[in-house]
Amino acid sequence: MIAEIGRFLAAIALVLSLVQLMAGWRAAMVPASGLAKVSARAAQAATAALAIAFGLLIYLFVVSDFSVAYVAGHSHVDKPLFYKIAAAWGGHEGSMLLWCTLMAAVGAGLAAYGPKGDPGLRLRAVAIQGGLQLLFLAFLVFTSNPFDRIAIADIPVQGADLNPILQDPALALHPPTLYLGYVGISAAYSLALAGLIEGRGGRLVAAAIRPWAIGAWTALTAGIALGAWWAYYELGWGGWWFWDPVENASFMPWLVSAALIHSAIATQRTGAFPGWTALLGLLAFSLSALGAFLVRSGVLTSVHAFALDPERGMWILAILAILAGGGLAVFGLRATKLGEGDGFEPTSREAFIGLNNLFLAVTAGIVLCGTIYPLFADALGWRSVSVGAPYFNQTATPMMAALLILLPFAPYLPWRSGGMKRAAFSWRPLVWAIPGTAAGLAVLLMGGSVLAIAGAVLGGWALAGAVTDLVESRILAQLPARISAYGRGLAHAGVGLIALGAAADSTGAPEVVRALAEGETMVIGTRTVALADLRRADGSNYLADQAQLVVTENGRRTGVLTPERRFYVAAEQNTREVDIQTTLSGDLYAVLGEPRQREDGSVAFEVRLSFNPMTWLLGFGALMIALGGLTALTGLAIGRRREAKT
Amino acid sequence: MRKSRQRLWMVGGAGVILAGALALMLLAFGDALVLFYSPSEVAANPPPAGERVRVGGLVEAGSVLRPDQGGALFTLTDTAATIRVSYDGSLPDLFREGQGIVAEGHFDHEGLFQASNVLAKHDETYMPPEVAEALRAQGVWQGDGDAGEAGE
Repeated sequence: MIAEIGRFLAAIALVLSLVQLMAGWRAAMVPASGLAKVSARAAQAATAALAIAFGLLIYLFVVSDFSVAYVAGHSHVDKPLFYKIAAAWGGHEGSMLLWCTLMAAVGAGLAAYGPKGDPGLRLRAVAIQGGLQLLFLAFLVFTSNPFDRIAIADIPVQGADLNPILQDPALALHPPTLYLGYVGISAAYSLALAGLIEGRGGRLVAAAIRPWAIGAWTALTAGIALGAWWAYYELGWGGWWFWDPVENASFMPWLVSAALIHSAIATQRTGAFPGWTALLGLLAFSLSALGAFLVRSGVLTSVHAFALDPERGMWILAILAILAGGGLAVFGLRATKLGEGDGFEPTSREAFIGLNNLFLAVTAGIVLCGTIYPLFADALGWRSVSVGAPYFNQTATPMMAALLILLPFAPYLPWRSGGMKRAAFSWRPLVWAIPGTAAGLAVLLMGGSVLAIAGAVLGGWALAGAVTDLVESRILAQLPARISAYGRGLAHAGVGLIALGAAADSTGAPEVVRALAEGETMVIGTRTVALADLRRADGSNYLADQAQLVVTENGRRTGVLTPERRFYVAAEQNTREVDIQTTLSGDLYAVLGEPRQREDGSVAFEVRLSFNPMTWLLGFGALMIALGGLTALTGLAIGRRREAKT
Repeated sequence: MRKSRQRLWMVGGAGVILAGALALMLLAFGDALVLFYSPSEVAANPPPAGERVRVGGLVEAGSVLRPDQGGALFTLTDTAATIRVSYDGSLPDLFREGQGIVAEGHFDHEGLFQASNVLAKHDETYMPPEVAEALRAQGVWQGDGDAGEAGE
């Protein structure tokens, strides 16, 4: 019964989205028709219907109703409650329901917080958002319905369980955060398209897009960081970024959204890039949809999924064609309606923001080519190939380096007119100290490979620029402007920290591997690690061996690491639980591998140790970026409230 | 500044950066494209020693050796031919006998494949597409269509 209600609510939301689209469109053309309210109410009702449906799906997981195919395939009676709930968005169908729910919420948000003084633009955007909801809800209802039942004879007693490595706190939160970003940026798409159709000035459209772009990008940052963190401690490979297609799928919209934020700010301020900002809005969401679907459909991990599930594949192609093709076609026809960009000097702030956009967009293009090349090669019947990490490292790194070099200048440049002199001389104090120190540390601590030193200097340079920017922003008189500037400084500092972290990470020593029996020791760098004990550490749905690894440094005991090897019974799958000792200088990373019988009959476990220098810089940097985004949003919200008062 | 001159700056700058990026991409593509070989293809026409390639197949039952100093030795098969693989790294959790996997690395002069990376995806029902293709070529694999959800 519950599942049928959920199915019904999803269908209702589909109809409501259609109402939202048609009423909004009509109201934009005939303001007196009174349909504006209808459209906004439909958006709210669709949001409520989908939120309830999602709640019902969670309830089905909590009570383990295995007559529902999606629940049976992703849950198990013995699974901890938290992961039963998280499984609601852990698979394709459930995550699509989450996607649609968020999308409707963005529609309702546009109706409530869209450009107040410009009903035409707002209504048109709400209507377009309704159209997007329609596309994705149709995909959900007709091909990926999480409320589908299975035949009574096939109902399992216990369920198939969620893939064990996905049963992890960071990964349970990773999809909702990431989706908040993927879907949040759809507002930029709707607003850009609405601006093109309505023929509004580019500055108005950019101002409307800005908060949505910042919010979505902040969520994307957090989602990607959670995913990278998970990969670091759960997969046991010791790395945090592998240029895997799944990672690239989220990185491309992140890059384009970052570019969009910058160009929207410049365009709102001086009308510098009206057409380009709209184009980025269209592209950012198209790439989000491309990324989410490439991952969800299994096309990237498995090229043949297209042929295996032609129905889903066709839907994906159709939606992408409508989104990207339709958006670009409207752009091509009506880009001039946004007005021409205002003039600026080559050393003005707009010019540097333009360069920022160019480098970010080109990087996104580079990643896109590398990611989908194997698909093309396959479709054309060429030899099976893959594009390795070296391609991405060799091409993306120079782009990122250029960005880091330019970054500290931009906040010091005046709008419109040139001002390199001011930029070069106004912020001497910290400027050489931080990159100098970073370079020195790189040489001393990391053995000083050229790349690591270059990375440290660039990261330090960006960080120094951000810190001076933060210090100097305090003199800004207007509160909203000051808070926005703090947001910028924090986010830029985060970028510098991540560059420093990546540079440090590139100097990591090779891992040490040995098979240890109880009482035996191994050495990594200055540390000695002894296997003191092996014990059982079973959980509710798994069996586990746990090693007690005692770490001593210079004769002093510094800690105990307890990596585990688990066997998930229902899923019949082994996993490794990494344990990490985090210090200021870096992470000692321990993995417990396979047991092996020695010739004398004793059992030894493979233990892998590696030392990852200053990994905390990466997490800290991501946190700063997200914090910067939130701060900038706060600044915009305060500004908006003040404007409403006057 | 006059509009036309500004446009010149913008187009010129963008052109230079785009050309640079394109050159970088073409250079990197040459190095980074990794060809896939099935065991039968290796047997018929082995890639030169030292060249970075991917190989894939099923892990042959009973072939996995785990030496005391760590790492593993195993055999990949497509039922018609086999490849002996040596791997120093940490085998993925889903690595097991009978499982379809892909290994990236190079052949040494003795014909032993030195893997630098072993991929067995997060999902146990997942069959790497190249391996499925290679097995299909041998008439073994029919494909059960359950390839979704590997994601994240």
